[in-house]
Amino acid sequence: MTPSVLAGLVGASLVGLGLYGLILHPHPLRKLLAFNLIGNGVFLVFGIVARRGAAAGFRFDPVPQAMVITGIVVAFAASALAVALILRLSAEGNRVTLDPNAWTRPNDGDAK
Amino acid sequence: MNLLSYLDVVLALLIVGVASTTIAARDLFAAVVGYVAYGLLLAFVWIRLYAPDVALTEAAVGSGVTGVLLITAGKRLGALKNAAPEVQPAFTFKLLTGMLAALVAGALAAAILLLPDPPPSLAPEAAAAADGAGAGLGNPITAVLMSYRSFDTMLEKMVLILAVVGVWSVGADKAWGSAPAELRQPKATAPMIFLAQMLAPVGVLIGIHIFWTGANAPGGAFQGGALLAAMWMVIMMAQLVKMPRVDAQWLRVVLVSGPAVFLIIGLAGEFTAGSFFAYPPSLAKPIILFIEAFMVLSIAAALPMLVAGPPSERSDP
Repeated sequence: MTPSVLAGLVGASLVGLGLYGLILHPHPLRKLLAFNLIGNGVFLVFGIVARRGAAAGFRFDPVPQAMVITGIVVAFAASALAVALILRLSAEGNRVTLDPNAWTRPNDGDAK
Repeated sequence: MNLLSYLDVVLALLIVGVASTTIAARDLFAAVVGYVAYGLLLAFVWIRLYAPDVALTEAAVGSGVTGVLLITAGKRLGALKNAAPEVQPAFTFKLLTGMLAALVAGALAAAILLLPDPPPSLAPEAAAAADGAGAGLGNPITAVLMSYRSFDTMLEKMVLILAVVGVWSVGADKAWGSAPAELRQPKATAPMIFLAQMLAPVGVLIGIHIFWTGANAPGGAFQGGALLAAMWMVIMMAQLVKMPRVDAQWLRVVLVSGPAVFLIIGLAGEFTAGSFFAYPPSLAKPIILFIEAFMVLSIAAALPMLVAGPPSERSDP
């Protein structure tokens, strides 16, 4: 198994793990983390497309690689916006999750 | 199998293992710490895929700055840190979710194993861009980002600015114009101050070096800018400098300088080189470095502002 196929399989399992966490976690920050795992998995799959596209004297295809770099930065910007919305939601409603059946509990004694 | 392929397998297992702990962890903080470690491991995979530029970006932005963002957010949530459903989801629901996730991952894995042969590639075009309009750029990634796909890169800078605008606009009305909440407690500890004083000068130097060397070697505006952003956050955490007010003129000028310079030069390309976002071949390299210098500034200002969050009325958090 070549390193690139292995990396692609890692990417596929990251997408699976992220999807699982995204659906099951009630905490929005945990959902965001899981969503970032999905994103990383997609980037990795794109990365092996870049690796396979080696031509013209390169050991990789620079175009998908450049797009992954752009993607990482945009993913960060989207995460930051999501965090701002989550913090605003918790400041407004004194609760952190949108799930009406979930409860929020203080974390080992550092509650205000 | 040689040693390197064993290392690959170990690395792959480690990544999937650490990613599973970030999903399974009970505590938000533990999950975030796991995520940062996982991001650094992922950077190694990128190196194995001959993508050092992506590895640098992943280590700096994907794991580093995102980790700071999530830890800061967790701290600010304070008492609301953990959430759990009142009734645990039924076992069948968990099972169905797991099956769906496995199905998606399996389909993706199958697609990877069945990728077309010979693979499609844009590498010849990128090579032409590196030799042609981006003349003198030894790093093909920088040539693609700044010449072959320059419009994408410019729009991506705009996305960063739009995200800053979005983050600022969820702040409360009466807080508008003031500075975002500090990244740390009112009093910085002595080790933090020492770290900032020692690390920041070196980090700034390395950041500028990574930007400068990006024309010919792995590196570039994103990676250098992210490092400068990290250094700014470190000295803000040590409270050696204050968090800037969001209505500060200099901050806004710095934020828009990257995309603005890029856009102006892109428009000028219509007259100097005959097409939108083209550069005159003899001046391509200095022009690209000129644009990148402003992009570094703009990234170094935008990332900390995204982490800092909306303006806050509290002067003492």
